[in-house]
Amino acid sequence: MGRRERLAQTQSGAEGMHSLPALLHRNATQLGDAPAYREKEFGIWQCWTWAETAQEIRALALGFLEIGVERGDHIAVIGRNRPAHYWSMVAAQMVGAVPVPLYQDAVAEEMTYVMEHCGAKYVVCGDQEQVDKVIEIQEKVHQIKHILYTDKRGMRKYDHSQMNALDDIKAEGSAGHARFDAELDKRIAELTYDDTCVMLYTSGTTGKPKGVVLSNRNVIESAKNSAEFDHLTQNEDILSYLPMAWVGDFIFSIGQAYWCGFCVNCPESADTMMTDLREIGPTYFFAPPRVFETQLTNVMIRMEDAGKLKQRMFHHFMAHAKRVGGLLLDGKPVGFGDKLKYALGNLLVYGPLKDTLGYGRFRVGYTAGEAIGPEIFDFYRSLGINLKQLYGQTEATVFITVQPDGEVRADTVGVPAPDVELKIDDSGEIHYRSPGVFVEYYNNPDSTASTKDAEGWVATGDAGFIEESSGHLRIIDRAKDVGKMADGSMFAPKYVENKLKFYPDILEVVLFGNGKDRCVAFINIDLTAVGNWAERNNVAYGSYQELTANPQVLETIKSHVEAVNKSVAADEMLSGCQVHRFVVLHKELDADDGEMTRTRKVRRGFVEDKFHDIIAALYDGSESVSTTTEVTYEDGRKGSISATLKIVDAPVVPVVQHKVAAE
Amino acid sequence: MLDNSEGYVTEDGRKIGGVVMEMKNITLRFGGVVAIKDISFDIREGEIRAIIGPNGAGKSSMLNVISGFYVPQEGEVWFHGSKRPLMRPFEVAQQGIARTFQNIALFEGMSVLDNVMTGRLGYMKTNIFQQALWKGKAETEETENREAVEKIIDFLEIQHIRKTPVSRLPYGLKKRVELARALAAEPKLLLLDEPMAGMNVEEKEDMSRFVLDVNDEFGTTIALIEHDMGVVMDLSDRVVVMDYGKKIGDGTPDEVRNNQEVIDAYLGVSHD
Repeated sequence: MGRRERLAQTQSGAEGMHSLPALLHRNATQLGDAPAYREKEFGIWQCWTWAETAQEIRALALGFLEIGVERGDHIAVIGRNRPAHYWSMVAAQMVGAVPVPLYQDAVAEEMTYVMEHCGAKYVVCGDQEQVDKVIEIQEKVHQIKHILYTDKRGMRKYDHSQMNALDDIKAEGSAGHARFDAELDKRIAELTYDDTCVMLYTSGTTGKPKGVVLSNRNVIESAKNSAEFDHLTQNEDILSYLPMAWVGDFIFSIGQAYWCGFCVNCPESADTMMTDLREIGPTYFFAPPRVFETQLTNVMIRMEDAGKLKQRMFHHFMAHAKRVGGLLLDGKPVGFGDKLKYALGNLLVYGPLKDTLGYGRFRVGYTAGEAIGPEIFDFYRSLGINLKQLYGQTEATVFITVQPDGEVRADTVGVPAPDVELKIDDSGEIHYRSPGVFVEYYNNPDSTASTKDAEGWVATGDAGFIEESSGHLRIIDRAKDVGKMADGSMFAPKYVENKLKFYPDILEVVLFGNGKDRCVAFINIDLTAVGNWAERNNVAYGSYQELTANPQVLETIKSHVEAVNKSVAADEMLSGCQVHRFVVLHKELDADDGEMTRTRKVRRGFVEDKFHDIIAALYDGSESVSTTTEVTYEDGRKGSISATLKIVDAPVVPVVQHKVAAE
Repeated sequence: MLDNSEGYVTEDGRKIGGVVMEMKNITLRFGGVVAIKDISFDIREGEIRAIIGPNGAGKSSMLNVISGFYVPQEGEVWFHGSKRPLMRPFEVAQQGIARTFQNIALFEGMSVLDNVMTGRLGYMKTNIFQQALWKGKAETEETENREAVEKIIDFLEIQHIRKTPVSRLPYGLKKRVELARALAAEPKLLLLDEPMAGMNVEEKEDMSRFVLDVNDEFGTTIALIEHDMGVVMDLSDRVVVMDYGKKIGDGTPDEVRNNQEVIDAYLGVSHD
């Protein structure tokens, strides 16, 4: 692929690049023939150039005018990552409306609040499933005027008086362009750097979702700074598969893509993501730790099935990579012999493996949202995959700190991103100020005021400290989750939970113990890893629930807990956080049941309330507990499951009192 | 209502056309066993027609008569206004009838894609030598047919298993692949033999949605056999009920539900 001419990227938005439509116009003029979007459909990658994209989006915007979208209207977008949905968001901006992407897997009940709160008059739905949800919502939320949908399947029988296919309004828009061209151009010209670019709802681990208003300035400045930081060009390829409602996807797939002019690739369906990843081979990639964990688990499972020779080769070269791979990637000195051996390993093992994973062209990539296990992180780095960590928030338009090339470590989240100021207050909470700082929470001045002060400093709600030797930020936990044990020692659940979650058998952990004399834990097993183990060892099981109660599984988990207790005990500050007793839960914590946010963060308070009977049993010394739990199915119906859970006592290391009374 | 040769309008507002297939006084015997006894009914264009009945009622035999696999000793099969002569199964397929099987009949070693491609055989005109060379005509032909197949793969949401050998798939997905293969033939009349058998609730819901979507999107006439009464009553426009080879009911789901003979056949009745 030949390098194209570098885009005219002005230093600030002041020179015209102050909205997404302006960037789109620049890309269509300067990069007209370069691919802007690809989507796999009917087994083939369909491609749209920037020039074609600009036409599509303009036609959509004209269609929006045709159905009567006014300035300031909110347009909700619910669907999987498809070009049409990204175009709808930019088209919305063109006509002066505000796009509000929503999580497509949210049930109708959950969506009702958000729809009502933002007052969306128009909704763009991916398919019939989403349309059905919106129709259900319309019974309670009456301001929704018009529903648009992308996939026509199954839609024929619906009442179309207030409903259209997106393609149809696009066609009508271009047909009637003579009537609306002037109006559209006027509205585009009106857009300023401080107009709202997008509104994103944060799921929040507590309370109702809040609508974060991000301006063009927030989005474009953040995109520009981060793109310069990692030297992103118009030649990047990214795969867009993360929820469109999540700020990260908006910044990568729209902000940076429009700023740099690179290509956004949309998978065929959620189930084909891994295949599509391999076919595209993105150069710039983003994934939560879970994706990397799953991939690594799959690699290990498949290696166990491989022939003896392949297994030995794999383990031999992986051991070598572990030793020198990371150093090579960081540009540190490595002996000639080691370099030669690494090159051979690359030919025989690392290269083919990277190709299989879809990381053959990987230039730079990030993981964030949760802590990643050091072994997992190092595995990818040692293969020569430049995986880094960042720390961000919706309110910051993603970027707070990032790891520069050559300074990548598993236990920090990097240095402040360009133009970001950082300070830690007396209680240890992290605050930041940057051009990416959000405008406000929509219709919620109280929350805005309690989060952002008059000087623009935003409280993250996370506790952390800056490491003096390197200047890197280290996160301890959510500030409000950090507490004190009964004896006054520190309680930081995340620290222990992460240590446990690094075991492939363990998917999720919730630690309790704030204000108590000892800690107890809920554990979710990982069905892929434990299921594979069961298959190999001829352990029969009929369901997830049955597997969780298997005595051998409990024994394995117990050994993991024991090992973690040992390592926790070694930390003076946190030695009180050892797990004394635990249960393996009979169901996976799930966002549909409200136990997690849509971005898969545990809602601690909710879980504590919901399973209070189990927690009581963990503390009162009983050997087992019977419980009935309500579950929500994907279509929103509710049912319940009952189980008797065995409580396991875990060995703990006796804590030595460090502060001996002065004699 | 049913005498109206112009068709009728369903509750949800779909227009059902004239008679596509008519079974006139069909009797089918296997030696001394009478599987079907003097049954007559019709299938109309665009409708979803169900054949139900207890085990051994003769439902699958009836479907085999429709598909031309069994030849009834008595009675006539009329298709598109003409009496159907004795035909071999592939000739029936050429007339636009496709089916799925109660016990899945896929090529286990082949990929999903290849299995669905076999549904297009009726549309391929090149001979074995042209295909072996795979130049010119054979190549364009495959491309055209692959395009049709990909649309069906997209429609039934089986993109993620496109290249997976069928033997590795769970039961519910195999059923969907069978439906895909039948659809690939672009049939005028689609016969489904217990499409939901052995499925869990979620799989049944998915399959029901696909059956409705196929009918809605392609206007395909569908005749299906099913055990699950809930599914049948929700899906079908008209239902034929069989018991011991005889027809004991015929009408809309509501009519059939309130038919005393049908209730007796399903719940049992004391013979005194």
